[in-house]
Amino acid sequence: MRSHYEECYAKPRAAPKGFLLAQSTFQLFEEMALRKVRSNIDRLFDKSLTDLIRGIRNNKDNESRFITQCMEEIKQELRQDSIYVKANAIEKLAYLQMLGYDISWASFNIIEVMASTKYTEKRIGYLAAAQSFHDETEVLMLTTNLIRKDVNSANMYESGIALGGLSCFVTPDLARDLAADIVNLLACSRPYTRKRAVLLLYKVFLKYPDALRPTFPRLKEKLEDPDPGVQSSAVNVICELARKNPKNYLTLAPVFFKLMTTSSNNWMLIKIIKLFGALVPLEPRLGKKLLEPLTNLINSTSAMSLLYECINTVIAVLISISAGGDHTASIQLCVQKLGVLIEDSDQNLKYLGLLAMGKILKTHPKAVQAHKDIVLRCLDDKDESIRLRSLDLLYGMVSKKNIVEIVKKLMEHVEAAEGSHYRDELLARIIGICSWSNYQYISNFEWYISVLVELTKVEGTEHGAKIAEQIQDVTVRVESIRHFSVSQMALLVENAHVLLAGSAQQRSNMCEVLLAAAWICGEYSQHVRNVQSVLESMLKAKPSVMPGHILSVYVQNIGKLYCSLMAKAEEEDDWDAVDSLDNLMLSKLPQFELSEHLEAQERACNLMTIIRIVENLHQNREKMGAEFQKLYDGELNPVATKAQRKVPVPDGLDLDAWIGEEWNSEVDSDNDDGESDMEATFGAQITRPKMEGFGERNEEEFEEVDDGKKKKKGSKKERELTKEEVEARRKQREQEIEMNPYYVKGTATAPKRPTRFGNPIERTENIEKEKEIIQSPLEIPGVVGLHRYMEQQDSTLSWKKAKEGKKTTKPTKKGKKGKKARRTTSSSSEEEDQVIHKVNRNDGEMPEGAKSTDDEEETNAINNEFRALDMDLDAPLRPDEVVKAPQAYQRVYASQHKQGPLVPRPPTTFEPKPAPEITAPTVKKSLKKEKKDKKDKKEKKTTKKKTLLNVEASDSKSNLFNMDDWLDDAKASAIVSAPKKTLTVEKAAKKVKKSTKKVREAYEETSGVCTPSIPQQASPVSSDASSSSSNFQKLAANKSISVEFVARPNEDPLDHGRVTVHLQVKNTGGERMQKVELSMVDTLNAKLVKDSESPITLADDLESMTTSEAAFDVQVTATNVSRTMRGTVTYFLVDDQGTRDDKLDLRLPLPSTVFIIPNSSIRKDDYSNLLASDDVDFAASQSVKTSEIKLKSVLHQISKKAHFSIVEETPKAASLFGRTVGGQPVCLLVKRTTDGVQIDGKAGDEQLVQSIVQDVAEICARV
Amino acid sequence: MIKAILVINNHGKPRLLKFYQHYSEEMQQQIVRETFQLVSKRDDNVCNFLEGGTLIDGNDYRLIYRHYATLYFIFCVDSSESELGILDLIQVFVETLDRCFENVCELDLIFHVDRVHHILGEIVMGGMVLETNMNEILQRIQEQDKIQKQEAGITAAPARAVSAVKNMNISQQLKDIKLPDLPSLSNLKNAF
Repeated sequence: MRSHYEECYAKPRAAPKGFLLAQSTFQLFEEMALRKVRSNIDRLFDKSLTDLIRGIRNNKDNESRFITQCMEEIKQELRQDSIYVKANAIEKLAYLQMLGYDISWASFNIIEVMASTKYTEKRIGYLAAAQSFHDETEVLMLTTNLIRKDVNSANMYESGIALGGLSCFVTPDLARDLAADIVNLLACSRPYTRKRAVLLLYKVFLKYPDALRPTFPRLKEKLEDPDPGVQSSAVNVICELARKNPKNYLTLAPVFFKLMTTSSNNWMLIKIIKLFGALVPLEPRLGKKLLEPLTNLINSTSAMSLLYECINTVIAVLISISAGGDHTASIQLCVQKLGVLIEDSDQNLKYLGLLAMGKILKTHPKAVQAHKDIVLRCLDDKDESIRLRSLDLLYGMVSKKNIVEIVKKLMEHVEAAEGSHYRDELLARIIGICSWSNYQYISNFEWYISVLVELTKVEGTEHGAKIAEQIQDVTVRVESIRHFSVSQMALLVENAHVLLAGSAQQRSNMCEVLLAAAWICGEYSQHVRNVQSVLESMLKAKPSVMPGHILSVYVQNIGKLYCSLMAKAEEEDDWDAVDSLDNLMLSKLPQFELSEHLEAQERACNLMTIIRIVENLHQNREKMGAEFQKLYDGELNPVATKAQRKVPVPDGLDLDAWIGEEWNSEVDSDNDDGESDMEATFGAQITRPKMEGFGERNEEEFEEVDDGKKKKKGSKKERELTKEEVEARRKQREQEIEMNPYYVKGTATAPKRPTRFGNPIERTENIEKEKEIIQSPLEIPGVVGLHRYMEQQDSTLSWKKAKEGKKTTKPTKKGKKGKKARRTTSSSSEEEDQVIHKVNRNDGEMPEGAKSTDDEEETNAINNEFRALDMDLDAPLRPDEVVKAPQAYQRVYASQHKQGPLVPRPPTTFEPKPAPEITAPTVKKSLKKEKKDKKDKKEKKTTKKKTLLNVEASDSKSNLFNMDDWLDDAKASAIVSAPKKTLTVEKAAKKVKKSTKKVREAYEETSGVCTPSIPQQASPVSSDASSSSSNFQKLAANKSISVEFVARPNEDPLDHGRVTVHLQVKNTGGERMQKVELSMVDTLNAKLVKDSESPITLADDLESMTTSEAAFDVQVTATNVSRTMRGTVTYFLVDDQGTRDDKLDLRLPLPSTVFIIPNSSIRKDDYSNLLASDDVDFAASQSVKTSEIKLKSVLHQISKKAHFSIVEETPKAASLFGRTVGGQPVCLLVKRTTDGVQIDGKAGDEQLVQSIVQDVAEICARV
Repeated sequence: MIKAILVINNHGKPRLLKFYQHYSEEMQQQIVRETFQLVSKRDDNVCNFLEGGTLIDGNDYRLIYRHYATLYFIFCVDSSESELGILDLIQVFVETLDRCFENVCELDLIFHVDRVHHILGEIVMGGMVLETNMNEILQRIQEQDKIQKQEAGITAAPARAVSAVKNMNISQQLKDIKLPDLPSLSNLKNAF
């Protein structure tokens, strides 16, 4: 392609005429270019992205036709060879993808463009890939090597887009194959690339969890990266990981704690604080430690985002430690700050304030109640999000006193609400508040039933079942409410058509209430005023309209009602009634047998058969009532949630075995189960039992007094029953008339028609009924509902009391007249209400022998993707846990892996600590050689083992890192600042000793050199450089170079923060070295003192086996802490083939002991005076296990490496003295213990003494 | 984690879609429609957080959005992101756009959606916040622009010529295009 362009560019130039006519050069050029282009490649006239977009905008009317046409063009373009053209086409496709067009057919072309050599085109390719590729894109298999090349590109932007793209479309295969490359990029010199590599690791872990454990130490290292961006990325990734599986990351708490107290990057702080929020529930002690710094942050920060996250985490802390201790101050602080947020005019802050307040609520509801008014005000906020959040808080605001008020408010919202989400939420919240801890806040259940009934009028909600459940639950639990509840439910059943009206979707939900209604009417049929009418309404249910599961409940309860009616009629020897009842059943019930719902059908058939039998017996005038009642005997109690699941499987029960004929007995036991609370004579009980608490007693008394003029709810006498029947039938007729569209009705006539019972009350009721019908199609006549209930309450007229009043006075209309008298009775009965309502507030019945503990696993808490990442990160790595280096044949790999030696390119272990630039290539090289040379194999194996061991050592170190110490010890900051604990190194070493001999040798060889956090230890090459007896200490080495150093403080007391570091470089390899240079990375408190930015030259030319020395100064800000600086030695190796460059990373330790002036001495008595004085009032101590038995040699090391002088020495202990360059005295007492030494230090500076003791302990550990 | 970033205009047209979790194209369009429904009915002076919608399955996610002139910038994030932090991030994103396009308006986003993607790529990677320092972001973008210019230097000359010709032809048409009022986004920056 390039040639094409060059051609058309070059041609016009070549034409001399073009140059001659200067003023028309451009025109000519353009013309010729165009002609050339037209003849050669029409493609230049392809639409560019801009053309496409313009075209779409110009073709608003037939956009899709235009795009189809463009798609055709794009397909044409993609057939061209030119990558430029393809890139253009893909760019357009990426745009069309945004408009919703599928571009998966062009996946391969996208990859072609990704492979372009031009950055601009490559970028287009990666963009399209990121937008359209996903796990199922098959061509992604082809990209492994392309991406590997791009990721490792020298151009940082190329590598950047590749990393960015990969983060969007990484698949498990890609993750597995590229993990090693990405890990290597963590050591890249450019923060831009490192940052991306770190973030990408998270995606890699998600897709390929096996990479997590071997890579984690490297990731952890990045927490201390010099670049804040990289650091923040690492925090980001670890936070994401830890959020899903927090317990595995508890050991990182000290590191994060340090970051939190030192960093000023708000983004990172927010992440860390959020992470702590996830960790504290697991470790309450961590919470206690966090409280103080967080409180400080809350008080000091000006960034709202940070403040808010701090509050959130403090809340999490308070929740986790709510059991012990008094943290009123912290709670107060949080609540006060949140109060400020909620009252802020910024709606965002208000929202967040409410959100956080909701969290406090769970444990400290009282604290929140202070803001009750604001929260209630927020309920009326115009913003739905805010209203939703304040709904969350209502749980804490509700009390017995105000629940009525609050629910009333919510009901108003329900009516006004737009959008089903908010309405459903409201509904759920109303129910939630009312049923809170088994109806704790409800004193008046009549009211609650009214609320629930009112809620059934809500259109299009999904909570129908929830309401049904509540109605059932309340009725079961509160015995005294049953009468009221039944009366309401009977009305619902009789008006089922209202609930069943409307669209199918709407119906399927709210009609759930009918299930509860039918069940309640059936179960508590003794409370039903007009059993006959209810029964008939139930029998009228249309199987085609009603959902099957409700229908089956209907059938069951039809049976109950029938039973109660029939038993009563038998009791009274009213055979006419019995026969008509039987006939009713036999005529209506068969339609249920046709139900599509299997259970409904089955139950209907069952019931049908029974009734036929009963009917036969009735023909012979045999009474069946008592027998029949046994079917529905027994009281039902609330059952606890999950009770079923908690039934232990009894011994000897084989759930997989066939149960065969046992089916029969099961059915029996179902019905016989439970003790019978009811009297055996069900029929006799049909009279309403005395209902206390609703003024029932009064009513009955009045009934006795009264002459039976009024309608009765249930009746004792047969005469009344028939009246009832007639009444019911009349009602039914009326209803039928109402329902029948062909019936010409005079609206007012039917209700006004005087009945035999010509009751003024009924008339008013009917009038009201009419009103309601006009008001709302969902209004059910007679159902009290909340409004009417409240109205009645307002006029202190409860449902039954109205009657009461009617009986005593002669009311023409509801209320009004007998108000005075009623007020007194009602107030007394209200009191009664509260006293007498016997509510079963138990959690519900549990099966016998149920497990009491809630040991069920929350299986749905985290999805599988994250569960795969749930692994112990502190456990030592297994030998097979490595990130595989690029594999030549990935598909074959799995099978070959087991065979070990046959693997085409054996996996490279990656080292957790060392600089991979050096080690990884060497190992790789040795692997290549291995193919040819079997001798090398052994060597490589040991190398591998060593590195693995190092991994193990460092890992066990972090494992043994004592969280408890950190959490409990108030002075733990020293440990935090120097997380390398020598103590544990020893333990790790011991651990290793237990393994094979060879292994031990390998380990000890390196362990003697330095602590595990210093890189050269991890270097696989053991060196012979330790022979040097001078003060120089080994710093780093690889197979061609070794670096040793000695650091001396500047003794000038005025400039004591300066350290001179002498370096000795030795060329240990066989080749000549040139341009050996050192560059150090400055840290916040340690800087290289230098004149220019250029690196320090250690040697210009270094022959094999020669050494060179150089020195440089480091300026530190504080002399009382230990620190490490990073640096890199770069050099060129010259051999026969030419020159190649290489480098060696090093970490220069600058322990606090560097600042001890050598040979400072003190007299014994001065020493004891000093110890007694105030000058050294800070102490620290640490004990170390050493392999060295002799105290003498330990002391020798201390005086040599830490420059302390021995003041007094006994066989078991010694006192040492040192003076820092700042002139501060430091006293040490080193004591022999059984297996090591104990170091006690005293100095005038807390930080100083801790670091010194720490450093000396490390020296001892290394002896 | 950020699950998705949507830029939608006042009429519900997507101007930038970036999903960090795979959705089919139809699903994406449906999400755009639904999300637009949700945000468009909200006043400008209510809070910037939203719950509900297909994009937010499960209560861990929420929508955080900002409305600038004709565009909604909507981020769908889970609970590991700080709400106010994301609001700041949107601001950083828009300000960066403003600097890159010099007084950015909707037209810039319409015609340079690829560039917007590249800019976003410097801020968010794979659903995680990559960089929040605007100077750093701008510097990276400028350097990449430089590379693009270098590469475009020779080879794109004919293409440029052609597009110049094309532009001449359509210049009249361009005038005829009736654009919706597109006030500069930057004018509204101080609203927050």
